[in-house]
Amino acid sequence: MVADPVPLQLTAELFPNGISRYAVGGLLVGLGTVVIYVGTGIPAGASTFLESTLSYVSGRSRFQRYVASRDWRVVFTLGIVLGGLAFAATVQSGVITTPLYDAGTTGDLYEVGGVTLWATAVQPWRLFLGGILVGIGTRIGKGCTSGHGVCGVGSASKTSIVGVLTFLTVAIATAQIVAALGVSP
Amino acid sequence: MADRHPLFMPLVLVGGLIFGFGLGFSQMARPEVVLHFLQFEDLGLLFVMFGAAIVSGIAFAVMPRLRDSAPLTGDRYERRLKPFDRNVLIGGAIFGIGWGLSGICPGAAYASLGVGNVTILWALAGMFVGAYLQGVWRSTRATTELAASDAD
Repeated sequence: MVADPVPLQLTAELFPNGISRYAVGGLLVGLGTVVIYVGTGIPAGASTFLESTLSYVSGRSRFQRYVASRDWRVVFTLGIVLGGLAFAATVQSGVITTPLYDAGTTGDLYEVGGVTLWATAVQPWRLFLGGILVGIGTRIGKGCTSGHGVCGVGSASKTSIVGVLTFLTVAIATAQIVAALGVSP
Repeated sequence: MADRHPLFMPLVLVGGLIFGFGLGFSQMARPEVVLHFLQFEDLGLLFVMFGAAIVSGIAFAVMPRLRDSAPLTGDRYERRLKPFDRNVLIGGAIFGIGWGLSGICPGAAYASLGVGNVTILWALAGMFVGAYLQGVWRSTRATTELAASDAD
């Protein structure tokens, strides 16, 4: 048996699920951002929705500053949810098959009305506690993975590049420590 | 708001649909996949973040040269530039702890709900709680500072 050349072995180790699903998904995330930007001039981020939506129920100044954009941010978020559902109803359900999509083995698949849905196995306390910190951090830090990561980095903004390096480094350290403590999934 | 172009909302919806479909297809909507990336077990997620940033970067660079303003809003095409201060570091670090613990960020959480992950409501509830806590704290502090400067 002839072993793969070293570069191929390394690639298989670093990218066990290939790169095509990631690259195609990334292009689509970018395309969604571009569609909104070309039509409206708005570089949309996902985390402002949290505060702008709170302006419907709280009169605090921090939330009220987003009143002007809160309606379209609800529509943007609704679009993201429905986009995920459209993916579930097509590719995830096997209605559309493509070699570009590697289904992987994470989480649990289940079926409702002929649509294959997916649920995480990550423990709820991690999601809830992590979510609280994500809610605080993204809003204090002026952006999240889409605002800083996609729009900010795409704008070559130094603030966003520093922001991404900060949250990426801390997230890597946190995930490694949590895994080392034996928390799984 | 009443004078918005009739295609404004439909376009935002379509953009969100493509964005969410991409998060589903890339599996960034799965916390497990994000955690595997952060634990260096599968680096594919780099292609999602940089792929998306490159695509949007092309639009941010090209559109201002093609047109003065966006057709549906009349707004000028500008890049997303925000002033730097220590909040970017503090907030980024807090977000990083949360992202590393949960494996989920806001946009991916919305898409995750769409692919059927009802459990992600825990994360979404947490995000609203977190956004509310920081908002109340910062609103109160802003009011206190304003009152203090009025008293001077």
